[in-house]
Amino acid sequence: MSIFVDNNTKLVVQGITGRDGAFHAASMKDYGTHLVAGVTPGKGGQEAGGVPVFNTVAEAVQETGANTSCIFVPPAFATDAIFEAVDAGIDLVVCITEGVPVNDMMVVFRYVKERGARLIGPNCPGLISPGQAKVGILPGQICREGHVGVVSRSGTLTYEVVDQLTRNGLGQSTCIGIGGDPIIGTNFIDCLEAFEADPATEAVLLIGEIGGDAEEHAAAYIRDQMSIPVVSFIAGRTAPPGKRMGHAGAIVSGGKGTVESKEEAFREAGVAVAVKPSDLVPLLAEKYDPAREALCSA
Amino acid sequence: MKVHEYQAKELFVERGLPVPRGKVATTAEEAEAIAKELGGAVVVKAQVHVGGRGKAGGVKLASGPAEAKEKAAAILGMDIKGLTVEKVLVTEAVDIEEEYYIGLIMDRASKQPMFIVSAAGGVDIEQVAATTPEKILKLGIDPRYGVKPFQLRRLAFSVSQDPAVVKGMSQALSVLYDVFMKSDASLVEINPFVKTKDGKTWSVDAKLNIDDNALFRQPQIAAMRDLAEEDSDEMEAKEAGLSFVKLDGNIGCLVNGAGLAMATMDLVQHFGGMPANFLDIGGSSNPEKVVTAMKIILRDPQVEAILFNIFGGITRCDDVAAGLLKATEQLDVKLPIVARLTGTNEEKAREMLQGSALVPAVTMDEAVQKALELAGGAQ
Repeated sequence: MSIFVDNNTKLVVQGITGRDGAFHAASMKDYGTHLVAGVTPGKGGQEAGGVPVFNTVAEAVQETGANTSCIFVPPAFATDAIFEAVDAGIDLVVCITEGVPVNDMMVVFRYVKERGARLIGPNCPGLISPGQAKVGILPGQICREGHVGVVSRSGTLTYEVVDQLTRNGLGQSTCIGIGGDPIIGTNFIDCLEAFEADPATEAVLLIGEIGGDAEEHAAAYIRDQMSIPVVSFIAGRTAPPGKRMGHAGAIVSGGKGTVESKEEAFREAGVAVAVKPSDLVPLLAEKYDPAREALCSA
Repeated sequence: MKVHEYQAKELFVERGLPVPRGKVATTAEEAEAIAKELGGAVVVKAQVHVGGRGKAGGVKLASGPAEAKEKAAAILGMDIKGLTVEKVLVTEAVDIEEEYYIGLIMDRASKQPMFIVSAAGGVDIEQVAATTPEKILKLGIDPRYGVKPFQLRRLAFSVSQDPAVVKGMSQALSVLYDVFMKSDASLVEINPFVKTKDGKTWSVDAKLNIDDNALFRQPQIAAMRDLAEEDSDEMEAKEAGLSFVKLDGNIGCLVNGAGLAMATMDLVQHFGGMPANFLDIGGSSNPEKVVTAMKIILRDPQVEAILFNIFGGITRCDDVAAGLLKATEQLDVKLPIVARLTGTNEEKAREMLQGSALVPAVTMDEAVQKALELAGGAQ
């Protein structure tokens, strides 16, 4: 098991004929994801990466039964691509695009919710359920099947942590990067809820960063609603206030969104906090013993 | 991106909102001439992209042209929180009776624009929010429907029963919403919004921050960018597709990905050092990007060692290694460089870097500790 993507994922890539879209469509297919279609307006009827290209997502869904979309279109067109995917009945939309105007996201977020679909991102690396499906740009080779759920606002920092898990023999149920923008479709709590409900996930690593208060809300949720152990790390202690640190959402403003505030919220909620990334796996080992879990569930 | 007070006021004036008459001066003589034209008492206000100008001495009242010249001479060239004042706004002084705060921000939690109004105007609103939150009214607006007149009235009536204030403030709030939505703002505020003794209302100050992601469709706003207010290294980095923020330490950091870059900086501090910068070389990093990144880092005389921390997923370690070698060839680097390149094509990268003066490291912890040692130990 896993969350959000699995063997039943049937993927359409929006922007499949672009440089990034083509590259990552091939990589997702190589990983074993059921890539069924691509969409590029004006290139319908062509083929790309071994799958048919359609002019619209609606046609792609109709012809191939696609249920998941991965978006690689430029920022000016990204929200339109999200609207199109949801309108066509896609259940899960993963928007990789970085630089989407925030005002557009306010509106598209509400549309996605109303239609009962799920949006991950924008400005995210996507997600992977090792051994089943990858939707996004995460490097599949560092992952391994297992029972640790990983959720993060970052990309490469997530890879760093996943790599350490795998090197220590700890596989993952699903690794998900929720994105670094101020407004994102799926937040920490959505993922925690799904991990808690997933029988295959036995522990969770949460990687946060400065800006906003998503970590503080996640801490309260973990305290009140979760039974499986959660271990956390927050990046950005040395970031100067008022400066955007790469991600549009990574900014301490008006004394809010600091690492200290987030760590305190986690500690109060009984969540272990790693002071550096290399402490995450040892901390997790204190809370979660895969061998014991295997025995318990046997 | 931030714009100046006088620029934000231009957007208000376009929408019919009353602001005190005024003009921008870059010299004391110009300030004097503007004061003469306006007549009466004026206020000379530093135009810099930082808060707390008043407290720093950057806003002064002048009784007439001669004093305006004098005050402008004192303010121009002044350093406010690290920024030099290049321009002043000279406006007519108004006779303030009441001061209010009105603003509109993008609220991340509720994912909508949120109005903030308070009768405690003219002071730092964040402080009001922290100490006396009951003095603030917040109201979120659903962006699908836009702001409605009853919402404007509700906000205005929450701070005043005076018909003139309610009418003037409702107009101002409506203008704030229009500017916010049409200019892709993340914050727009008027502090203070005032009532004068003659019963009129004025937007005496203006602050406007724009979502960088939307600048591509905001040519009018993009043209307002004041390069004098921006860090030239940060601008150069942005042009090259890099994300750079200058810090005060001695370890130059070059990382792929914002989260990993922050974690690397934090680790430098954890082991007793201080990072010289935040630098994210981004995704598909071609060698040229690495060269530009090195150039920017080497410009900082405080840097004593350079730390590469690359996790190759999409970024290929051999691409970064090629850039690194190119940079060391072109730039005559005398500083020690620690390179931790792991992930996609790391073996190839290792082969390429063999025989070079670069110090290899396997883990992040090891890389940071080596960089600190080479920089002459922890500070």
